[in-house]
Amino acid sequence: MSEQALFIHSDAFFRYRFHDDHPFNNQRLELTLDLIRSLNLLKDHHLYEPTAATDKELYLTHDREYVEVVKTAHEGTIPESRLLEFGLSTEDNPVFDGMHDIAALITGGTLTAVKQVMSGARPHALNLSGGLHHALRAKASGFCVYNDASVAIAYLREKYDARVMYIDTDAHHGDGVQWSFYGDPDVMTVSIHETGRYLFPGTGNVYERGHDAGFGACINIPVDAFTEDDSWMEAFERVIPSAIRKFQPDIILSQHGCDAHHYDPLTHLSATIRIYREMPRLLHEWAHEWCDGRWVAVGGGGYDIWRVVPRAWTYLWAEMSDQPLGEVDIPAAWRKRWQRESPVELPHTLHDPEGIVEPIPRREEITQKNRTVVDQVLQYL
Amino acid sequence: MLVEEIMHRIVHTVEPELSIREAFQVARQHRIRHLPVVKEGRLVGIITDRDLGHALLHMVDDEPAAEALAHPVSEVMRREIITAHPLDFVEEAARLLYQHNIGCLPVVHGERLTGILTRKDVFKTLIEMFGVHQPSQHVEVEVADKIGVLAEVSRIFSQHKTNIHRVMVYPGRQPGRLKLVFRVQAINMLGALRDIVSAGHRVLWPPLPPDAGKPGECHE
Repeated sequence: MSEQALFIHSDAFFRYRFHDDHPFNNQRLELTLDLIRSLNLLKDHHLYEPTAATDKELYLTHDREYVEVVKTAHEGTIPESRLLEFGLSTEDNPVFDGMHDIAALITGGTLTAVKQVMSGARPHALNLSGGLHHALRAKASGFCVYNDASVAIAYLREKYDARVMYIDTDAHHGDGVQWSFYGDPDVMTVSIHETGRYLFPGTGNVYERGHDAGFGACINIPVDAFTEDDSWMEAFERVIPSAIRKFQPDIILSQHGCDAHHYDPLTHLSATIRIYREMPRLLHEWAHEWCDGRWVAVGGGGYDIWRVVPRAWTYLWAEMSDQPLGEVDIPAAWRKRWQRESPVELPHTLHDPEGIVEPIPRREEITQKNRTVVDQVLQYL
Repeated sequence: MLVEEIMHRIVHTVEPELSIREAFQVARQHRIRHLPVVKEGRLVGIITDRDLGHALLHMVDDEPAAEALAHPVSEVMRREIITAHPLDFVEEAARLLYQHNIGCLPVVHGERLTGILTRKDVFKTLIEMFGVHQPSQHVEVEVADKIGVLAEVSRIFSQHKTNIHRVMVYPGRQPGRLKLVFRVQAINMLGALRDIVSAGHRVLWPPLPPDAGKPGECHE
């Protein structure tokens, strides 16, 4: 049974790294891979090497001019002002050596996942380095250079004419993917995220519902700051199945940014690891119920790389590969290996113990507010 | 921003002799609420669909509705008109609309009616001024109201190569304090926020992670 899923991986993914002090740090992939291996969840037959996206594939959603700039940015010949026009050389997206090659490989990873699933080789495939959902047609944004999910979805549309359901559970709105397919009735984008009222990228309002023929094929569930597990899961479970039933997708592509966790330094939600165990479980079930199992998953944001990302994504892989995990201890060897480098105490269990989030007085109000948002979303479905 | 930049240049007007019935039709046809009344190019009055309705209500006490509808607009129009000039600032126009509790401002240049501005137009401009069109994040900083403070905070964003695309300044909660609201194009502002705090200002949003005071500690 565990030969159900592919784990797309190349050690080169670790090199998608802007600089040592940058919050987007793909050392998190190393930590995750090591934790997955420590729990004996990864066999040779799971692993699959990605092929880099070709220029032509990148052009499915990116401008040629932008791709050219990304390719040559590190040479130092492009004036700073021009780089800034393309969202590069900012504090969020500084230029780094080999930026194009590694970003194209990550995009290729998601494309490889999609191709493997569509060819019927395996029903599920995971690319944890993907999920760079903020990148725009001609602009780097929010740590994202190329939008792997957008490219893969555009490929699915062009090559297979597939109806694609994109489900984004990152704490930030999945704006890049949304805008790529805002007018396309055959791509439904659903994003659940912390309200854009205060958080980057500021969009993702309930009223953003697509335009022209694509109207209605875009769903946004903005939840309030300090939202906790129960309210998040309630929103997720009330909206997604209805959306899937209405849209009838051929394949689900889900984005698994895990920055809604209470520990994440860049967002203001109060979720725990529990949601990162439950969401994959449900997505897995729905993929089998509605898409003959066709399910591609990608990573995304996650800036507490020591305590949150490895555990969240281990649960995701365990679920995808039919080796679901309950509440288990983290192998002592893993903790020992990484504790020296970690500035925080590494957790002892894969799940979060009770009580990591201090009770907030506004819980009832936040829950009610989120419920109102969901009611509104459901009116459209 | 100037009134002429956001006003409607095509204005649907009526003449004073036009009947109330026809005025209603003009309003309905163009789906508008406010009708400037113009005689020989000169603005002589203004009428809204609501004014017309109210006037009719009174008139039908004394005469059949059909006759009431035949009265000319000049009998029921308002003659005291509050207007704007094309070169007025939008904020001045907003103040006029609010203070006089009116729905529109005919824009007059010399004697000539050159445009019209409604509450809705001003509202739309305000939304653009708050601006969430580009990917950005909301930052609120409380500062002392003193010379150079805006420049000081802005400089910190610029040192972090972070573009600011909107700024608003509100009165603070106490006298002598101001609230600066920035929309900045950045997902990660921890560095800039730390520097703002070190410079002695208060960050009201976003909440800082507990270790934000110790540079770099949360990610390395």
